[in-house]
Amino acid sequence: MVSRNTFIAAGGAVLMLAAVTACAPADEGNDATPTASASTNSCPAGALQTKTAGKLTIGTDNPAYEPWFSDNKPSNGKGFESAVAYQVAQRLGYAEANVTWVSVTFNNAIAPGPKAFDFDINEFSITDDRKKAVDFSSPYYLVRQTVITTKGTKIASAKTIADLKTAKLGAQVGTTSYQAITDLIKPSTQPSVFNNNDDAKAALVNGTVDGIVVDLPTAFYMTAAELKDGVIVGQLPQVGVPEQFGLVLDKDSPLTGCVSTAVDQLRQDGTLAVLEKTWLAQTGGAPELT
Amino acid sequence: MTEGIYQPSDLQLGRIAYRRRQAIRSVLLAALSTAVLGVLLAVLITGAPGWDRVRESFLDPSIAREYLPAILKGLWLNIRLFVVCAICALALGLVTAVLRTLRGPVFFPVRALATVYTYSFRGLPLIITIYLFAFGIPGLRLQGTPNVTVLGGAAITITYGSYIAEVLRAGIESVHPSQLAAARSLGLSYRQSMRHVVLPQAVRRASPALLNDIVSMQKDVGLISLAGPIDAIRAAQIATAETANFTPYIVAGVLFVLFALPLIGITDIVTLRAARRQNAGT
Repeated sequence: MVSRNTFIAAGGAVLMLAAVTACAPADEGNDATPTASASTNSCPAGALQTKTAGKLTIGTDNPAYEPWFSDNKPSNGKGFESAVAYQVAQRLGYAEANVTWVSVTFNNAIAPGPKAFDFDINEFSITDDRKKAVDFSSPYYLVRQTVITTKGTKIASAKTIADLKTAKLGAQVGTTSYQAITDLIKPSTQPSVFNNNDDAKAALVNGTVDGIVVDLPTAFYMTAAELKDGVIVGQLPQVGVPEQFGLVLDKDSPLTGCVSTAVDQLRQDGTLAVLEKTWLAQTGGAPELT
Repeated sequence: MTEGIYQPSDLQLGRIAYRRRQAIRSVLLAALSTAVLGVLLAVLITGAPGWDRVRESFLDPSIAREYLPAILKGLWLNIRLFVVCAICALALGLVTAVLRTLRGPVFFPVRALATVYTYSFRGLPLIITIYLFAFGIPGLRLQGTPNVTVLGGAAITITYGSYIAEVLRAGIESVHPSQLAAARSLGLSYRQSMRHVVLPQAVRRASPALLNDIVSMQKDVGLISLAGPIDAIRAAQIATAETANFTPYIVAGVLFVLFALPLIGITDIVTLRAARRQNAGT
């Protein structure tokens, strides 16, 4: 006679076993070697292995900052990155109506794990560490980190990196801007770290930091349109491999090759240069810090 | 009457032997079942198909070693801030609780102020309070504004002060009114009877809940990182962003638990002792 407790114990063990097998990673059958044959088209227009068949899902942050986007509405096609995204979609065979935007925080996009987008465009610099977690497309923009401040602070007239050593600087967490502070400037006081550039800007306006580091176009936009008496102190020197922005895709995504090809096409036929001139025209002539 | 050393009877010896056998048997059974469960869990977890990837992502020893100093440096900020904020919040809570329990119509505005304070700061999320203090107050550009760490610490102190005030007020009101009456009838003034009779009992009664709030504050102190300073969790976040690996979060979590263990242990001991004292004689 089997007691009732034995049944309960056996049932519990079965449930545990089922839960463990359910926690198995997703089937990885489709990371087959990419077809390199020239005869078959591995990037069928409008029919790629996207999250939703026939539609392209693009991710970006919320709020989406100027001059990369406009009015925090990525779907209006205005702003450098919005324009680039729609151009890439067009080369891949997706019309504007078939492009959907999703909101993904900056840090979540470059963290390991499956993604809710086909590619993400949000001023991501290509770094080796990030490449361990996600795929990058070919670069679409060469970026320089820039120190900005407001008129009258102690670094407003700094000319060299040594002048910044005693300053209290700030940057957004997880960005190459923050790494530029810790690797290049190496100030004597610990830099302030903020959740996003809005908080960093608020701290700069309040005077709780002397200056913040952002990329060059953002620096121009902030000092021109958002900060009162904003001043660009200077661009930080490029050390080693030049920093470039790339589109972020899921690790080993089947779309990486096609998206990279699309970006390369945009560069070769001059579209990227035209978009840069249209949306980032005012980003020229910033002083360089030595 | 035979005098001499007590000799247990055979029956008693039999009982002692039986109890010893039972004790050994239960220890062996406990060890066996723990071993079986441990082996089962180990096999299930390490045998799971995703285990290698989880281990790489969450339990990478080289990354843990590399970023431990940075996380410890952040934890030092947490510890210092916690000690200061805990002391200040306790003081603020005590003052507010005493003010709220003042009797007499002449003290109405004081009671009302204390009530408004506890109601509003218990309702306001701590994140909003920190944002208002650390970003709003410096924006006023007043002379002598302290730095953001002090402002953030003030936000945490004021928020937790309101919780502690309510806990202490509950403690004060749980002291039987006969205590106050007896103290007054002995000739002690209201202030003296509060200081010598009521408050000691109130704090003793409220100490488990108070210590619980303090343990909770220990973790909330990390929210200071919203304003810019780098605490343990922010250091772990920076490390995670740099390496695309979640091990730093595990390291920070383990450090926090280790840091909290002494306080949690003290809470348990104090609670037990208070319960034993209050129920003495039953």
